[in-house]
Amino acid sequence: MSKRSDGRLRGLLRKEFLQIGRDPSSIAIAFLLPAILLLLFGYGVSLDARNVPIALVAESPDADTQSFMARFEQSPFFQPRNFATIQRADRAMLMREVRGVVWIRANFSRQLRTGVAPIGVIVNGVDANDARLVEGYVQQIWTSWIAARAQEARIPTPIPVSVEQRVWFNPAVESRNYLVPGLIAVIMTLTGSLLTAMVIAREWERGTMEALMVTRVTMRDILVAKLVPYFLLGMGGMAASVAIAVWLFGVPLLGSISVLVAASTVFLLAALGMGLLISSAARNQFVAGQIAIIAAFLPAFILSGFLFDIGSMPTPVQFITHAIAARYFVAVLQTVFLVGDVWSIVVPNMAALVAMAVFFLGAARLMSRKRLD
Amino acid sequence: MPLANEATSAILINEVKKRFVAGGRAVTALDGVNARIRRGVVTGLIGPDGAGKTTLMRLICGLLQLDSGRIEVLGIDSAKDPLAVQSRVGYMPQHFGLYEDLSVQENLDLYADLQEVAALDRPARYAELLHMTGLSPFTRRLAGKLSGGMKQKLGLACALVRVPQLLLLDEPTVGVDPVSRRELWGIIDRITRAEGMTVLLSTAYLDEAERCNAVLLMHEGRLLGQGDPTTFTDAMKGRSFRVTARDVNKRRLRERLAATPGVLDAIIQGAHVRIVLDRATNSSEDVELPDRDGVEISPAAPRFEDRFVDLLMARGAGRPALLVDLPPAAAAGAAEDVIVVERLQRRFGDFYAVNDISFSVRRGEIFGLLGANGAGKSTTFQMLCGLLPATSGTLRVAGFDLRNARATARKRIGYMAQKFSLYGDLSVQDNLRFFSSAYGLFGARRRARIAWALAEFELAPFAQATSKDLPLGYKQRLALACALMHEPDIIFLDEPTSGVDPIARRDFWRWINILAERGVTVLVTTHFMEEAEYCDRLAIMAHGRILAEGASESIKARFRTAERPEPTMEEAFIALIEQKEAEAA
Repeated sequence: MSKRSDGRLRGLLRKEFLQIGRDPSSIAIAFLLPAILLLLFGYGVSLDARNVPIALVAESPDADTQSFMARFEQSPFFQPRNFATIQRADRAMLMREVRGVVWIRANFSRQLRTGVAPIGVIVNGVDANDARLVEGYVQQIWTSWIAARAQEARIPTPIPVSVEQRVWFNPAVESRNYLVPGLIAVIMTLTGSLLTAMVIAREWERGTMEALMVTRVTMRDILVAKLVPYFLLGMGGMAASVAIAVWLFGVPLLGSISVLVAASTVFLLAALGMGLLISSAARNQFVAGQIAIIAAFLPAFILSGFLFDIGSMPTPVQFITHAIAARYFVAVLQTVFLVGDVWSIVVPNMAALVAMAVFFLGAARLMSRKRLD
Repeated sequence: MPLANEATSAILINEVKKRFVAGGRAVTALDGVNARIRRGVVTGLIGPDGAGKTTLMRLICGLLQLDSGRIEVLGIDSAKDPLAVQSRVGYMPQHFGLYEDLSVQENLDLYADLQEVAALDRPARYAELLHMTGLSPFTRRLAGKLSGGMKQKLGLACALVRVPQLLLLDEPTVGVDPVSRRELWGIIDRITRAEGMTVLLSTAYLDEAERCNAVLLMHEGRLLGQGDPTTFTDAMKGRSFRVTARDVNKRRLRERLAATPGVLDAIIQGAHVRIVLDRATNSSEDVELPDRDGVEISPAAPRFEDRFVDLLMARGAGRPALLVDLPPAAAAGAAEDVIVVERLQRRFGDFYAVNDISFSVRRGEIFGLLGANGAGKSTTFQMLCGLLPATSGTLRVAGFDLRNARATARKRIGYMAQKFSLYGDLSVQDNLRFFSSAYGLFGARRRARIAWALAEFELAPFAQATSKDLPLGYKQRLALACALMHEPDIIFLDEPTSGVDPIARRDFWRWINILAERGVTVLVTTHFMEEAEYCDRLAIMAHGRILAEGASESIKARFRTAERPEPTMEEAFIALIEQKEAEAA
């Protein structure tokens, strides 16, 4: 590299930083949007069911039904509402006021003493995930109530097996702990691919790229000058996200910072490579934005395993996820945050990320020619 | 193999062909172009939009790949070693290629870094360029906050930051005010004379040909002619005349002259009709002028545009003008004002886009708003169409106050937007159908109007063609037809003919003239000095104000001097701005 090329590169880099500093939209995408996403996912979106409104119908209330229903009141998962008849409870469910109905018939106490006491549980199956959670929680309440009653009455417990639960890796069973690390991958895709592709498309749109090209500048200069600032911006966004995750949300960070930084670096390079590749094909901001969202952002959101478990996807979709860089990064992030530096997971995923970074950056270099056609 | 005349040629263009494929459709941008561009002079690459000027410029810079042929720039094959070409030339693309969020100085620094200007040489070069462009007081201002003329000069300064052997300017003067245009030409003259630089400049303004040392005239991917601009005008010697009639209205006179055998071209120019005779007709004596008694004919200086029209006609571009039936002329003085604008203002933040303007337009009149980009023309238009509320002032259109009867007024208005706003993916017929429905036409009336539009504008052969595939001139016709579907009394035309070739422009203006004769009031914005001459009256706008208003003849007459007995519209415009600036100072 000659001294002259340094001069060109320095000029381009200075320009790039000045533009980032003066353009509120790139700062917003790099820092404000991550913060909003993190707060949204950290506080708003949760895959846990808490305070689920549920209807309780006791057709003839007595001491038994009361002690059973008290369990719902105590449970952190439910917010029970009492209804006198099943018809009213059904109506409340149709109005989406409650998400399930627990129906205790008039003969409950009598049947309880004779042996079999059925209770009716109706759940709204529209949201299958939610329905299953509600179902599970109701069952849990019911079994623990039976067990407690048996203990009180000193009669042999009708359930011979008792479950002792241990939750590994996310002892608080907080979905936030699991979502926030994955979100960092989404955020870095945003800066690496979307922002970079749009910024270059803007140069095409405004005709500045054409003016740049008729100078001594080389395509290598142009690519490097785009890589460096947006790499720094992406890493800045990553650092801010990790800080928010650890200090605001109390997500544990059990692995080492160095593995986190290494994985982020490689992933960001792959995302930047993708952004550069998109911009070599799309020369207006609208198209560049669309492609980046469809090819990078949405897959990182849906197919990376950050929100939906890859193992439970249909096989062909699982196969597709292998082409998504975010998938490997999410795996590393979740491991590093919640488990620690587990090399058997970190190493193969890192290797995949390196391969993808090399592929995208190489393809971007090959596709970017100092020409307009 | 070295090509001939290498010593005196800056650029050699040999059998260059270039096609683009877009959406499965191939467009021939350049179809076998041969040219030689001399060193040390200004060469103008002149032609309407779509002629292939930008493609040729980009090929010269090595930004596009040739399909076939060869281009040699300063002795270098631009296809083989584009980087060598790019490091020797200065290039200003359309829209100047500036970073609007960087300051003047930062833009200069960037291009100096990219062109590897040594740090030691920079202070002197910057000082020189800033002085030359008059940008010294504005070095810290962001490029995006500069006026159009200043951006153009900054773009030029960036292209010149390392003294190039060849300067390429792609449409540097489009849309900028005439004062900036003249200043740019002053700079170009100076650098070619003082530094011996070679300049190649593209433009769609035919009147700029006369300022070049050599001209390449392009049309639809082919070179129509090349040489000294005087060779173009010399070929037309003795064929241009100015016709004035005492009793006949100029538009009717033009119609009849255009239909007269031996007349190649007839256009309205202020109060006269300017005619050009065809090649076979040697003198004005041979032409059967209508009403010989009342008509005066006098020779006029040939113009570059005459030759262009002549060449296009020779290629069969034109068609014989048919005499249309016009309604009997309205009694003089009967026309009432249909557009009245009083003390109109429009403010955006603390910026006045339109600042206290007043004018009125009579029925059947063609009124022009002339000014550079940013003068306030389009803002005025949007307010007249009821698309933008006025900050203050009165606006009456067809008798309705736009403050409270916007929808009613709008029914009487036809509007043809800049760039035509057609649905490119719809066919011609579907565009007409859509626009007529949008104006509330249905059933038999709609069918009748579509049939009328297809016949009147000769669009019938293209009825099923996709609009975006139409030639520019036909797009323009279709846009006009769409704006006329509901038979409006008033029609607004925003920059209707920028970039189209002279034949298409003539066709377009012929329809406008006919509409005006039928009593339709026409309001036109333009930054094209020549087009202003087609209007009955015009208002010259700059910085949101009207500087002068009246017939083009009377505005020009105000700036008649001993050394400039017949000022052009542009000269009058410049003199007017200078006068206003002197008053302000």
